[in-house]
Amino acid sequence: MALKFAFYLAAGCAGCEMALVDLADRLVDALGELEVVFWAPTVADIKYKDLEAMPDKSIDVALVDGAIRLSEQEHIVKVLRQKAKILVAFGACAAMGGIPGLANMHTKDEIFETVYFKTYSTDNPDGVVPQTKCVVDGKYELTLPEFWNEVKALHQVVDVDYFVGGCPPHHEHVAKIVEAIVSGNLPPKGSWITDGKSVCDVCPRNPANKGKTREIVKEVKRTIEGIPDEDRCLLQQGYLCFGPVTQGDCGASCPKVNIPCRGCGGPLPGVKDFGARAIASLASILDDSAVDQLMEKYPSLAKLFYRYSLPVATINKRR
Amino acid sequence: MSEEWEPNIIVIACNWCTYQAADLAGSLRYSYPPTVKVVRVPCSGRVEPEFVLEALINGSDGVLIGGCHPGDCHYKEGNYKALRRFKLLHKLLTELGIEPERVRLEWIGGSEGLKFAEVMKEFDATIRKLGPNPLKR
Repeated sequence: MALKFAFYLAAGCAGCEMALVDLADRLVDALGELEVVFWAPTVADIKYKDLEAMPDKSIDVALVDGAIRLSEQEHIVKVLRQKAKILVAFGACAAMGGIPGLANMHTKDEIFETVYFKTYSTDNPDGVVPQTKCVVDGKYELTLPEFWNEVKALHQVVDVDYFVGGCPPHHEHVAKIVEAIVSGNLPPKGSWITDGKSVCDVCPRNPANKGKTREIVKEVKRTIEGIPDEDRCLLQQGYLCFGPVTQGDCGASCPKVNIPCRGCGGPLPGVKDFGARAIASLASILDDSAVDQLMEKYPSLAKLFYRYSLPVATINKRR
Repeated sequence: MSEEWEPNIIVIACNWCTYQAADLAGSLRYSYPPTVKVVRVPCSGRVEPEFVLEALINGSDGVLIGGCHPGDCHYKEGNYKALRRFKLLHKLLTELGIEPERVRLEWIGGSEGLKFAEVMKEFDATIRKLGPNPLKR
């Protein structure tokens, strides 16, 4: 019997859905064993009320990509949790808050002020900001979802069975996940689905993988400064790379194309706080002057170290 | 949190210097506030930024990391590593809305029992001025 499958896009960019579609012919093979009962808003034409009418636990696997920012998203993931036997936080946003989660450095008022008034291209002489309700022609009531004060990861709203990192997850990794789901060969609930290896572990640039030793880094560069040598470790050249603390299910995709890792793969098993561990690891390889340079060159350390994980950071008082 | 509030201060002290200084402060009968709870670690280089975050989220009002003076580290350079981590962590915490005074790094040598007591008194006073840690669960 085919597995009943649901996919929901919350506060994300649909890149994770593209990652699933990127499986191409392998997805076509898997589709024989999957029955898509809900895939909104991108693929299947199924309404929220149809989802709400489904019996509880009738969906075998539901994937959610994107963080939780609006009341609508919160409502739908709660419904999905009720209807699905297995709920997967699929991709960096659902698992950790992701890029939308960086908004937690700012209040709702600051965000509205910037978006509806301050940006260069905004022309808003009447000072209109989104309302949750408005009446058109005196009789039609239109509604918009509520914009919450903070962005949350999926598990901060409902119970999550599995976590998958990546922005988006690498299609090779997605293939393994789909196979695991179809065959029922899944790890204990609450785990990340991962090989558990770091990006450095699978990175061809890693000096340790070439039998060389790592040296203390004396200079910090931003990615806009110069072009990194394609063969040498980015960190060794001074480009801050979070490979040492990030899950490498991507196969080191970014370092392979001369871009340092920013941690979308999620924290390695055993790491509670990504940003804090990234500091621990970088401070071990940078020398004193390099640390000073880092603090000078990067205007916001929080947005650097918690690029994909601010909503799940141990501490954030600003939200 | 009424007038009964007393600060809860965690001091993470390296075994070779700051912890010895705490011991010496006791032997020499220097008193320091009872709000201070000392946790011993092998070296200040052992202190991961996550320890500090855990202490703060679990209700500590202030965290002080104590290590050997530069050049004195039993493991040669653990305290330099502690300093590099601390600099980054301190700036990060400030960005995240924690008062910078709540987290402190101090070099206290094994013979500096008096300095240990003085620093603890001073830190306790600072934390009392700041009030309870708002993150307390």
